[in-house]
Amino acid sequence: MAALYASKSVSTAVISKLYPTRSHTGTAQGGISAALGNIEEDHWEWHAYDTIKGGDFLNDQDAVDFMCREAIPAVIDLEHMGLPFDRTPEGKISQRRFGGHTNNDTKKAVMRACHAADRTGHMILQTLYQNCIKNDVKFFDEFEMIDLLIENGKCNGVVAVQLATGEVHVFHSKATLLATGGFGKMWKVTSNAHSLTGDGPAAVLRRHLPLEDMEFYQFHPTGLYKLGILLSEAARGEGAIFLNGSGERFMERYMPTLKDLAPRDICSRFIYKEVREGRGAEGKDYVYLDCRPATINKQFEADGNPKRVDAHYLESRLPDIFEFARVYLGVDPITQPVPIQPTAHYAMGGIPTDIDTQVLADENGSTVEGLYAAGEVACVSVHGANRLGTNSLVDLVVFGKQGGIKMAQYCKQSSFREINRATAHAPAQAQLDTLRESNGTERPAPIRKAMQVMMDDLVGVNRSAEGLQQAIDTIHELQNRFSHLNIEDKGMKWNTDMMEAWELGCLLDLAEVTACAALWRQESRGGHFREDFPNRDDKKFLNHSMVWSNGGIDIRPKPVKITRIEPQERKY
Amino acid sequence: MKIHLKIKRFNPEKDKKPWWGEYDLEAEGTDRVLDALHEVKWSHDGTLALRRSCAHGICGSDAMRINGRNMLACKALVKDVLLNGQITVEPILGLPVMKDLIVDMEPFFAHYRSIMPYLVNNDPVPANGRERLQSQADRERYDDTTKCILCAACTTSCPSFWARGDYVGPAAIVQAHRFIFDTRDQAAQERVEVLADPDGIWRCRTAFNCTEACPRGIQVTKAIGEVKEVLRTGVIQ
Repeated sequence: MAALYASKSVSTAVISKLYPTRSHTGTAQGGISAALGNIEEDHWEWHAYDTIKGGDFLNDQDAVDFMCREAIPAVIDLEHMGLPFDRTPEGKISQRRFGGHTNNDTKKAVMRACHAADRTGHMILQTLYQNCIKNDVKFFDEFEMIDLLIENGKCNGVVAVQLATGEVHVFHSKATLLATGGFGKMWKVTSNAHSLTGDGPAAVLRRHLPLEDMEFYQFHPTGLYKLGILLSEAARGEGAIFLNGSGERFMERYMPTLKDLAPRDICSRFIYKEVREGRGAEGKDYVYLDCRPATINKQFEADGNPKRVDAHYLESRLPDIFEFARVYLGVDPITQPVPIQPTAHYAMGGIPTDIDTQVLADENGSTVEGLYAAGEVACVSVHGANRLGTNSLVDLVVFGKQGGIKMAQYCKQSSFREINRATAHAPAQAQLDTLRESNGTERPAPIRKAMQVMMDDLVGVNRSAEGLQQAIDTIHELQNRFSHLNIEDKGMKWNTDMMEAWELGCLLDLAEVTACAALWRQESRGGHFREDFPNRDDKKFLNHSMVWSNGGIDIRPKPVKITRIEPQERKY
Repeated sequence: MKIHLKIKRFNPEKDKKPWWGEYDLEAEGTDRVLDALHEVKWSHDGTLALRRSCAHGICGSDAMRINGRNMLACKALVKDVLLNGQITVEPILGLPVMKDLIVDMEPFFAHYRSIMPYLVNNDPVPANGRERLQSQADRERYDDTTKCILCAACTTSCPSFWARGDYVGPAAIVQAHRFIFDTRDQAAQERVEVLADPDGIWRCRTAFNCTEACPRGIQVTKAIGEVKEVLRTGVIQ
């Protein structure tokens, strides 16, 4: 989106370690929220309130207002670009319910998520790529960024390795926007792609810039058991419910109004509670998502909802996720409940930016000239301590557009800063060469696996001081093992052995700041749950965390921007 | 269970010609072929090169030839493809091999770009600032071809494409279909002209390999047939 908008007025290139259509945006399923009001009454102010309440009041409210207001023209924009949204009988963009999105008057779920079957992200990614081709955006496909050119607090571009040749290239630019996505691969059970290794935030951290709110990571309640593959919240939007081992609809007990459509952090936490108290399915660590038409219709009837569904309707609304259950678990969701467990899904934290997507250099709002970030990699912060479903797509479309516009404005009024072309690549090149020549005793895969298993255990849905300290010690041990790597592939071309190791290094650095920030925050809020501090503590922690890694880890608070809505207790 | 995995290997920095790497592994029947390839890469030979990303059949990175048929390695389960305890994996055919299972995708994307894969509508957007309207039936008309993930499984299973790489190929025609049958689009004529080229749609000999190969279940041959009808009759139905 940023490239598309920038390319309307300045020369723009996209550097991507994958072909752009392989990006993880393509796996987003359920929808993109915007208060279009196509089916029932809605207002962007309601969307903003829901987003802030969903975020446990850690969101910066000026940014949330901007996002929810701009979501409406941004979604219309996507339709004009050709996005094949599903339609209402009148031919307008169709909308459906999603977790935490409500009519603020009645407190009931509202139809706000604009959708294209259960492949909305796929359609967004395709539509944006198509329009970039139309606009002659230059693509450097399968170039992996390994360093940022930062001098005197200003960004002059990036260093990237061309995977096919192993050559290191310097990209000199007036403005650079990072859209590298998340880093879910630091956990074992995750919905994230193999490529989501945090290369962007790791480069920022290594250039002595801060990351924000790294302790806030979302565990999505409905991952396929053991695999972590996501089953969209759209299933519950269409009426599916959670069942525990004894067949009870347990969310009714915890959240009597929104029930199964409570926000994700809450559902995940109560799934764990059910499991811990012995009510998991078959006494194990999972519960069920029941999408059977009979179950859904029974709930509709009990709720006084006249709507009824059948197998054909559900197949047309949720084709992909039904296929995932069939292919990977051999379970048919039309006749059987689907085994699910929480899965590491989304980083609320990341590279701090302002509303114009400019990267922040400190807790006081100073910016890094020429450097921008948008999407999951950025922390504006619009999601606070927990993101609502569909808001990731809203975030990347709205702030991608804003970033593109602001970068283009900046480029037109500035000139190229000089760089030393002979040496700009040297630090990253040296690190890469050292890695390639590594002849130690440790292979990357066992280190990665140890990190992932440990992060699931100690830095997952439930956290404690003891566990987090143990996590930090383990990460230090793993970093030490990482310094004795053995890379088997010594070649230049398509050296994925070396690049996977590079990515593991990024993940280890980010795991360290995640665990440290989680230890620092002695309260429970949104996606961050501390067993030893089970309550929210607005007196001490109504603050973002800003974390630096300069030899040691340094954490400083940054106040939350509160404009319209005073923090209150979060009930659904 | 024990499985025997045969992988066609080629390292351009070392090998003059491809060779078969053979690996004995422990695997579960419900493992993906991708899991088995990772087991080789992570525990046996780190130099094995392959593309992969989402690992659940959406990103389209890991199309390869598994026991002679094009599939996504992340969507093929070991139990479903195992043949006498063995699985054979090769790169997709018809595109230059760069290393092991990685092929040069550029010719494929060049064909994709040639059919103008984007909505063209030169009318002003609605004056009320809202979406263009489209009926549910009109939206349904091109639903199947919006599923395409550009994995190239169809194009590289096509005998006509193997015979002549200049043939635009099924994936590009699927993309053309997605726009030609979208009532909002106005560039059907330009796309038809591209497809009327000698290396265009008429090189399709209706072999149905593409439909069998598509990991998204798109009725590729049917879509190609519908576009052929547009070329033949000049009418979009």
